[in-house]
Amino acid sequence: MRKIIGIILLIIIAWGIITSLQKMPFGTSRAKVADHYINKGKEETGAANIVTSVVVSYRSFDTLGEVTILFLATIGLGVVLTTIKRKEDRDTEKASLILSTGCKFLFPLILLFGAYIFIYGHLTPGGGFQGGAIIASAFVLMYLGCYKEKRINETGSILSESLGGLVFVIIGLIGLAVGTHYFLNNFMPKGEFNTLLSAGIIPIIYIAIGFKVGSELSKIIDLLMEES
Amino acid sequence: MNFLHNYIYYIGAFGLIFIGIFIIIVKRNYIKVIIGLSILETGVNLFLISVGYISNGTAPIFSKAGIDAKNMVDPVPQALVLTSIVIGLAVLSLALSLAIRLYKHYGTLNLQKIKEQKW
Repeated sequence: MRKIIGIILLIIIAWGIITSLQKMPFGTSRAKVADHYINKGKEETGAANIVTSVVVSYRSFDTLGEVTILFLATIGLGVVLTTIKRKEDRDTEKASLILSTGCKFLFPLILLFGAYIFIYGHLTPGGGFQGGAIIASAFVLMYLGCYKEKRINETGSILSESLGGLVFVIIGLIGLAVGTHYFLNNFMPKGEFNTLLSAGIIPIIYIAIGFKVGSELSKIIDLLMEES
Repeated sequence: MNFLHNYIYYIGAFGLIFIGIFIIIVKRNYIKVIIGLSILETGVNLFLISVGYISNGTAPIFSKAGIDAKNMVDPVPQALVLTSIVIGLAVLSLALSLAIRLYKHYGTLNLQKIKEQKW
């Protein structure tokens, strides 16, 4: 019965979508805003990657909200999971020598790759969120390979997360105070186009976001691994 | 054939969205509902990306000197999808933590067997 109702509902939704999509041209023209971002973004922000300049410069207030949502989710996860009484230690078997040595060898390399992704976020496809996710994947590897030997340092995790958020907001407030007076104003020199030291505040903010997202995601993994 | 060629991205994206909605409506296991939510979100992301596509377009990155700005795809949906992926991850992790809590409290993940949750 539920399946039939579901299929009828989906057919109604599909009919509505098909009739509206036929009016939409595919792959022909960009919106006006996108034209402005692509043609002027190079001079206005100094970043080679236009997506980065949209995320961190034109729409950086949205990014602040997004980082806040991730932070809230981490807090909510902590609240929901830590009210449960902690179980005694499970009987886990120690990982084999090859697995534990391999993940200890790969761990710093994956961290390095994540750092590369978020430092070069304004030049190549990448950025703080992606780099943070890669760093969290390094912690997943560590937890799967060497469980109980290595845990995330609680103080270090909280410290890097708070520092990341603080750097983001403080740089935004400095931009408010200096120059043309709007939040997250790009007040630093733009530098030479398409080099590492360019685009003003964009790489600094992306590094801050990388640290914040990396520590938040690894905290989420830590909480979920602890409870499962 | 021409219709299929023009709208293949939309068809794929909405196929994923419909699969997601169908799973959410029909399935009774909470973990499966979460999986459906995740598939639905992937479909929405793909749809947003394909709205910004331009035929034979390039990524909006000025990595070399002689790149033509005319052929670049729309960067705004890509930035929005970046936001949406991160928020989707936050929602997914919160839903999974609630699943852990539900299972510890009721001993089942079947939504019909949980008394307060009639559906």
